[in-house]
Amino acid sequence: MRVVVDLSRCQGYAQCAFLAPDAFRMHGEEALMYDPSPDDAQREQVLRAAAACPVQAILVDRLEGRDAAAEAMRS
Amino acid sequence: MTMTRTPGILPRILDYSARADPYPLYAELRRTPVALQEDGSYVISTYRELTALLHDPHLSSDIRNLAHPLPGAGREDNPAFLNLDPPEHDRMRRMAMRHFGPPHTPGLVDGMRPDMTAVVNGLIDGLQGRKQIDVVDDFAYPFPVTVICHLLGVPREDEPRFHQWVEALVDAIDYNPAVDPPERLQKGMQARAELRQYLGGLVEERHSRPGDDILSKLATDDGPDGRMTDEQIISTANLLLIAGHETTVNLITNGVLTLLRHPQMLQRLRNEPGLIIRLVEELLRYEPPVHIIPWRAAYSDITIADTTIPKGSQIMLMLASGSRDPDRFHDPDRFDPDRQDNQHLGFGSGIHLCFGGPLARLEAQIAITEFVRRVDNPRLVADPPPYRRSPILRGPLHLLVEQG
Amino acid sequence: MTSRTEALQTFKREGRIVIVGASLAGLRAAESLRDEGFTGSLTVIGDEKGEPYDRPPLSKQVLTGWVPAEATTLPRRREVDAQWLLGVPASGLDVAAGLVRLADGREVPYDRVLIATGVRARPWPHEAEAALDGVFVVRTREDAAGLRQRLADGPDRVLIIGAGFTGSEIASICRERDIPVTVAELGPGPLVGALGAMIGEIASEMQRAHGVDLRTGVKVTSLEGDEQGRLRRAHLSDGSTVDADVAVVALGGIRNTEWLQGSGLAVGPWGIAADSGCRAMDLNGLITDDVFVAGDVARCPHPVYEYRFISLEHWVNAVEQAEIAAHNMVHLQADRWPHLTIPSFWSIQFGVNIKSVGVPTFADEVVITQGSVAERRFVATYGYQGRVTAAVTFNNAKWLDHYRKLIETAAPFPPPCPTPDQPVDAKPVPVDFPGPMLLAQGATVVVTGHDPDERRVTAARP
Ligand SMILES: Cc1cc2nc3c(=O)[nH]c(=O)nc-3n(C[C@H](O)[C@H](O)[C@H](O)COP(=O)(O)OP(=O)(O)OC[C@H]3O[C@@H](n4cnc5c(N)ncnc54)[C@H](O)[C@@H]3O)c2cc1C
Ligand code: HEM
Ligand code: SF4
Repeated sequence: MRVVVDLSRCQGYAQCAFLAPDAFRMHGEEALMYDPSPDDAQREQVLRAAAACPVQAILVDRLEGRDAAAEAMRS
Repeated sequence: MTMTRTPGILPRILDYSARADPYPLYAELRRTPVALQEDGSYVISTYRELTALLHDPHLSSDIRNLAHPLPGAGREDNPAFLNLDPPEHDRMRRMAMRHFGPPHTPGLVDGMRPDMTAVVNGLIDGLQGRKQIDVVDDFAYPFPVTVICHLLGVPREDEPRFHQWVEALVDAIDYNPAVDPPERLQKGMQARAELRQYLGGLVEERHSRPGDDILSKLATDDGPDGRMTDEQIISTANLLLIAGHETTVNLITNGVLTLLRHPQMLQRLRNEPGLIIRLVEELLRYEPPVHIIPWRAAYSDITIADTTIPKGSQIMLMLASGSRDPDRFHDPDRFDPDRQDNQHLGFGSGIHLCFGGPLARLEAQIAITEFVRRVDNPRLVADPPPYRRSPILRGPLHLLVEQG
Repeated sequence: MTSRTEALQTFKREGRIVIVGASLAGLRAAESLRDEGFTGSLTVIGDEKGEPYDRPPLSKQVLTGWVPAEATTLPRRREVDAQWLLGVPASGLDVAAGLVRLADGREVPYDRVLIATGVRARPWPHEAEAALDGVFVVRTREDAAGLRQRLADGPDRVLIIGAGFTGSEIASICRERDIPVTVAELGPGPLVGALGAMIGEIASEMQRAHGVDLRTGVKVTSLEGDEQGRLRRAHLSDGSTVDADVAVVALGGIRNTEWLQGSGLAVGPWGIAADSGCRAMDLNGLITDDVFVAGDVARCPHPVYEYRFISLEHWVNAVEQAEIAAHNMVHLQADRWPHLTIPSFWSIQFGVNIKSVGVPTFADEVVITQGSVAERRFVATYGYQGRVTAAVTFNNAKWLDHYRKLIETAAPFPPPCPTPDQPVDAKPVPVDFPGPMLLAQGATVVVTGHDPDERRVTAARP
């Protein structure tokens, strides 16, 4: 799955790092680093993390498994 | 000018008769976002102003910064970090967090899911064959208490003792000498002393025989911030015990109650278990366990919504009102787990944002999921149910449900 | 219905919108256009192959070795029904004819076009030296994948040229991976160009405390390779040399505007000038109707900063401008939104979350208003002629919203009211930027409203 965090909005509350510790990790006390494509096995945890973020900074792909691949036209 | 004196609304909210449905009164209160009270304190009820204040470094959680002492419990010598400002707040919170969550202990809470599911299922097993159950006493209360005792390292069998102390303590938080019997305050003070003494005994033990629990770790570990004194450990344990005791029970009970009031949602949850994640967030907005932060202090003059709150003033934050503010939440009185961008105030915000939020969320998610999955055809016996006295930590005293 | 609204409805139904640049701003604009009800034809042109991906992780979790460079594909907010022309650059814009020319000779006609071609890394100026094996820039996924592999191979020493945010982040990761690292910076300290001398000093201490060999006030004059064309050593302006097998050139970016030569748009080294609603300006300073700009390539006036044109290489700016541009592309004048958000930025280095709001270069003084510099947990507040214009936090981000409000309301500087954790010796000091500053004088404005459709400025003190 695909994830992006708006780190401008993130205030380092670490709720995500509690709930999906393999996908979201605190780097020091406040800085968040995350896996932008966590394994599907972590799906439920990542959704928990995204819902729990107090500033709703975590975006999980809304296309949910549908094929999002862009059709590339080569030059 | 938004500041006016609005006598009447707050007392009506605090009055027990409003407990079952305080929300219409909150709506009235929001007409004056920053409301000066007769006694000189200020009540804040709108989302924009609440979030601004919760992120305002001039708002103090330290009782010493109040110009007039609170009528209730006086200042403790070693307040827990809930009642401290930076930098001590941050340091104490870091030292406690070290043994509970990221960055030092990231996997603890998520790793408790299997055990928590087992506890919940054990409780539900015990309900089998009974026609009527009390969701509070039989389910929503014993579960989080078991969890917090286990985490802290407080013997579960001592629960009847500290339960009484905690109840008396919570009862004294909003003590008002004008209307409340003085015994309430006395009982609270006594309970506080006894609970501290009890916890002190446990800390003593852990120094010599440490286990795998938070108390032991606080008592023995020397992290980068050093070690807490025993008094500080007692205060921290006290805070965690109360917070873990008096809040999640309301979230779980409110969850069951709200679902029984919205049968289609109950059915949807049965078919779509993943919904529980957003449903619990919506509960934290729609029926939050903590309605009010009873006091904060203006460390300096604070200007908000064209009102200047003078230094030393007492400020009351109506979190549950903010989470129902129509200027922030579309159709706020509708229970809607599909709501987008649900930045509710259920856990507060800013540096004091609930320490146990992730644990409380998992507890509620697991408890409500299993209840809905396993309890057959639950029906409310009385609606509204009887409520506990407190307007701050608001929730049903009992929730009688028939099953089968 | 008036004829204007009728024309707009027709455009929303049947019009043709082309977006040039298929990265963060381009993708978010495409999504927003569909959200706004645009059902006409949508074409997205990008010179990079593959789906839009996110860049900030490239200098962070990718280089730590945690996630592969290919893993940063951006999640979608919604389905975008668009034609994606990827792997082919646009080579020209004909505003009069309304078409985008592609390098392969094709022409793509438009009714409205959005330019989101961003920035590329400034390469090492000597071509032969830049081609040495071991010399990197970090802007694209491919750049990061190459450097990631090199760091994993365990280089003897990494030389970072330029101690801005990207350079400092990479130095931090080298130390985390226990790789010896030298940072060469022409200015007096890391981050000075963006955040001023005071933060530069703190950043210097932070780097040295983590074992970075930091050389300031020096220029790397040349890179030297061996017979196999592998980097061996760098020569510095102070006569010293640094033996290194990897060099990261982190000297900032160049706006991708060459393809707009001759388009008649107001293009310069700082990007394409536009109004606060992201409508491009032409060379005469006239606002165009059908050409919009968003992201790193845009340069827009901000009322809070005295209507100066500000170019930002900030992630959230690209997202917000994309939304504003998309909205304005499908609305009439009266319903258009200005982009009034106060700029914000973050960086992660040496275990510290560095965040800013406002424009720190738009300041004459700075003061620590909260926390402790020694513990690297603090808020620094920037002021310009007596009002707050920016704030920077080190591991203190939970307070930033407050400072954003101070900036929006033109609150007095230095902030007059004490806070519980204010350092006792806090005194404003000159901000001290090395380069030209963004300064002027005059009346100021305050930002009101919270939703995009109600955000406006009003004069602060008439
Ligand atoms: C390593 C790194 C770390 C960063 N870290 C942070 C951070 O911590 N915090 C923060 O706020 N920001 C950070 N940023 C900045 C952030 O990534 C940018 O602000 C953001 O990518 C801007 O998006 P954009 O879409 O405007 O431009 P870009 O991402 O630059 O995209 C422009 C796209 O247009 C394409 N293009 C260019 N010319 C043409 C043409 N003629 N025809 C077709 N396509 C063309 C480019 O190839 C590119 O794909 C970082 C950037 C980098 C590189
Ligand atoms: C649903 C359950 C819960 C709710 C609604 C809740 C709500 C809150 C709120 C609103 C605050 C902010 C108080 C303030 O700003 O002054 C808070 C703080 C706190 N909560 Fe919770 N809480 C819950 C469960 C828990 C649990 C289970 C724990 C313990 C593990 C806990 C521990 C704390 C602590 C220690 C603080 C003080 C934080 C600080 O001051 O930094 N809470 N909680
Ligand atoms: S929960 Fe949200 S605010 Fe907190 S660290 Fe994660 S992304 Fe940041």
